[in-house]
Amino acid sequence: MSDQPPVIKIRDLKNAFGTQVVHEGLDLDVRRGEILGVVGGSGTGKSVLMRAILGLRPPQDGSVEVLGHTIDRDERGEAMMRRRTGVLFQDGALFSSLTVAENVEVPLKAHYPELPAALRSDLARLRVRLVGLPEAAADKYPSELSGGMRKRAGLARALALDPDLLFLDEPTAGLDPIGAAAFDQLLLTLRNALGLTVFLITHDLDTLYAICDRVAVLANRKIHVIGTIDEVAASENDWIREYFHGPRARAAQSARERNETG
Amino acid sequence: MSERPWLTLDEQQTDTLTLGGDWQLVHLGELDRAVDAFRQRASHLDASSIGRLDASGALLLLKLANRLGIDADTIELKSEHQALLETVQSSPSSTGGDSKRLPAWTRGLAAIGAAVTAQFEQILRLLGFLGLTLQTALKALPQPSNWKLTSIVHHMQQTGLGALPLVVLLSFLVGAVVAFLGATVLRDFGAELFVVDLTVIAFLREMGVLLTAILLAGRTASAFTAQIGTMKSREEIDAIRTIGLDPMVLLVLPRLIALLIMLPILTVFAMAAGLGGGLVVSATVLDIPAELYFTRMHEVVQLRHYLVGLIKAPLFAVVIALVGCLEGFKVGGTAQSVGERTTSAVVQSISLVIVINAAAAVFFMQIGW
Repeated sequence: MSDQPPVIKIRDLKNAFGTQVVHEGLDLDVRRGEILGVVGGSGTGKSVLMRAILGLRPPQDGSVEVLGHTIDRDERGEAMMRRRTGVLFQDGALFSSLTVAENVEVPLKAHYPELPAALRSDLARLRVRLVGLPEAAADKYPSELSGGMRKRAGLARALALDPDLLFLDEPTAGLDPIGAAAFDQLLLTLRNALGLTVFLITHDLDTLYAICDRVAVLANRKIHVIGTIDEVAASENDWIREYFHGPRARAAQSARERNETG
Repeated sequence: MSERPWLTLDEQQTDTLTLGGDWQLVHLGELDRAVDAFRQRASHLDASSIGRLDASGALLLLKLANRLGIDADTIELKSEHQALLETVQSSPSSTGGDSKRLPAWTRGLAAIGAAVTAQFEQILRLLGFLGLTLQTALKALPQPSNWKLTSIVHHMQQTGLGALPLVVLLSFLVGAVVAFLGATVLRDFGAELFVVDLTVIAFLREMGVLLTAILLAGRTASAFTAQIGTMKSREEIDAIRTIGLDPMVLLVLPRLIALLIMLPILTVFAMAAGLGGGLVVSATVLDIPAELYFTRMHEVVQLRHYLVGLIKAPLFAVVIALVGCLEGFKVGGTAQSVGERTTSAVVQSISLVIVINAAAAVFFMQIGW
């Protein structure tokens, strides 16, 4: 598994806003089939990193390679990359003038215009069911959904093209603990069934302990540590120690241990 | 890069359908046609030669199995595809949700019915809002602490002073046009002097107040809706309530009072500007000297003409302020709904102003004013 080429390969990335440097000399490899959790204090540029990988913001320096295509260089590669990646933005970013099912159909229509409408509608409804939304939600508008349902609907749209690679920006932020745990389980199920690689930005310690294969910590303008959660938690850094050994982290950790034994 | 999908009936055992290739979204159009075209019968599905399978492919595979009457559990699959097929299969499906759609003519009738009831509801809500505003005003205004003077003056400036140049300019131009129109008809009878009668009566009774009200309906009703609507969508209205303040007192009354003061004042300016437009056209084009224009005006003008126009001004002010504020309160959570409500406020207030003006014209005609 590890001898396959990485799905995302970042070398020497530099991002800056004016004189304020967010990333410098950042290297990162994301392996096929893993769920990588990206954490870091606010302002360390987690979202900026995701936007750079997605090609939404051109980096000042360095190279980003996604699924074997270098971002920002070849246009055909970009079209391929868009077909094989799905993105869930923080609040879903659903198109408010379209129903959930229509939202899911948008990427299908854009990339596979030749599909018959009935089949496209079937595919959209399958995605809606896959993310655990009731069938009735497919015909609702985003404003009629609760926050948790909007997240799921956003995930359904991210899954529309059967992507290999999924980007999630704080998927459990703003969800109640039960909803967040259910969302974690959903991600795990989908990853196992669909063979996804997941790039996950999160603040949620429960998510990190429950589903992430590896954790990357952004600090000092680069990936400070990357490894399994226990490796990362053991590393010597004030922020990491506070983050992983605070009261909330201990609760999340003991929850995982309970799950594993019980 | 990926292999095209295929279906073949096994040559020896004709009841086994063998599937292979990559069953992925990339090939789905082709695959869908192939699956649809397969009209033979089979009692067994062998999908173990499928190279890559994704959720879309799994959906088609299940569709095919379903049509052939094959239990999905008996499909032979590679072990790594088993989990995917189970997930797709176990997601609770309910096909035929679309068949419940009504025929087009029924939906058309339903849409008309819905529009009519929505109109009635709208009128009821507006009347209810009028009642609520009056009630709040009667309760709140006796206490001077409820007079939001700063807010009232602010809105007077925004809705009144800001609109003054536009109201004056447009009224002047319409006054000139009315004079021209009158002249072209009256010249044939040698009665050009009656242009003065026409302009004066038109502007005092109808045009002055109507022009002002329509302008303010476009300019102010939309502003009220957008202001209150944005506050509503950001939960500021709820915040006002939880602090123990009344949004009616804080938001609606100052706007209503400001408009009640400013619309009559603007109307007077509009009347004067319209008469000015008539005067300029008469003096320069129709050879009616200014002295004659004023003399004729004195003969024509009666107090009742002026009052007929001015009485309507507060009425229109109430309509514009209430429609603007009510639509603002109706805004839902989305940015789109602010736009929709603003449009609706402008359309409603302009229509209401014109309808009320027509009704008033009939009324004043009947009582002989």
